[in-house]
Amino acid sequence: MKRRITLKINGKVYSHEVEPRMLLIHYLREVVGFTGPHIGCETSICGACTVALDEKIVKSCTMLAVQADGREVLTIEGLASNGTLHPVQEAFWNEHALQCGFCTPGMIMASKQLLERNPRPTDEQIRHALEGNLCRCTGYQHIVNAVRTAASRMGA
Amino acid sequence: MIPQEFEYSAPTSLEEALHLISDGSAKVLAGGLSLIPLMKLRLAAPGHVVDLGRVPGLSYIREEGGKLHIGAMTTHYQIESSALVHSRCPLLAETAAHIGDVQVRNAGTIGGSVAHADPAADYPAALLALDAQVRLVTASGERTLPIQDFLVDTLTTALEPGELVAEVIVDVDVDGATGFCYQKMAHAASGFAIVGAAVRVRRSNGRVSFSRVGITGLAPKAFRATGVESLLQTPDDVASAAGAVADGIEANSDLAASAEYRCQMARVYTARALRQALARIA
Repeated sequence: MKRRITLKINGKVYSHEVEPRMLLIHYLREVVGFTGPHIGCETSICGACTVALDEKIVKSCTMLAVQADGREVLTIEGLASNGTLHPVQEAFWNEHALQCGFCTPGMIMASKQLLERNPRPTDEQIRHALEGNLCRCTGYQHIVNAVRTAASRMGA
Repeated sequence: MIPQEFEYSAPTSLEEALHLISDGSAKVLAGGLSLIPLMKLRLAAPGHVVDLGRVPGLSYIREEGGKLHIGAMTTHYQIESSALVHSRCPLLAETAAHIGDVQVRNAGTIGGSVAHADPAADYPAALLALDAQVRLVTASGERTLPIQDFLVDTLTTALEPGELVAEVIVDVDVDGATGFCYQKMAHAASGFAIVGAAVRVRRSNGRVSFSRVGITGLAPKAFRATGVESLLQTPDDVASAAGAVADGIEANSDLAASAEYRCQMARVYTARALRQALARIA
């Protein structure tokens, strides 16, 4: 039996009837149309589907849409404001922290969470915080550089 | 990968939740990090899922009567970042920080983890070393079990139909007299423990006066390595005591690690954990 859920996504309220078995990632991509979060491994390992739920990042492939009812979701689409990139997005651009870009939305959400909790991370802490996000192109070094750059920019 | 259809309930009180699960046919959903992957693979296909996400009063960490009480819906992140857990039960904070990754720790709960009883989960090792108890509630009553009685076998606990894990209760370590450490060999992709060793030790007059060793990943269920504990008479005994960790154990074997390799890694990681724990005693 379908169930009505109402939640805020990137600052706007959405309400839909969904099957309880619908995963949050499918709801975001196929029902609402936010295709920034990607479906990679679908087994809660790769982190491409990472979104923030009430300001805590989660893997939206391992959460039911009904679990997010009444809560607030932030996807990569909600980071830039009025055409101005979030400092983490800008740093990924400037530091060439992506090649194919598939993992990037998740990487940026995880990096943003790290800098909220630890504004001055060491390289080791950056790597630890991005453990849940896999990149098959960059070898990670440019991603670590980008997070470090974003940290100094945001701390300035 | 989409789960099979199911009926979904989101109770808003503990009474309502206990009523919904009272006939034993529903599956309880906590953070979802264990249940949802099983449902996606259709290894689990419950007809009715009861989501505890809206039940108030199940997420807390408080000190009572010399013990730390942790509500079932408390997330790994809440435990790893709690000042109270760091000061009163640092082994549990250290273990929580090793679970999965940031996203998993933000959503996964201690109650969900212990109820799932994955033989490679991190918490059971620490909970065994902390002489933990699990408080279970039903619509009509409650009971409290030591963790070693609660964990029955791979993915199997002593939970009866209609019972819910309400909280986990652990010993409190005061004033730095207890050394602690959790060391694990993590699976490269999943982060699960191929083997993990959680230990607590105290010293007195150059001897080891107290030790607890909990081992996960090695056997079908996490266990307390009492053989290691009894061999650890002085700090010089670490290597020989840790060498006994796999004695009499029927070790797990899978693609990540053969039984023989797991046993050897259990000896190595137990020794590392014991050494670090002894070095940490204030």
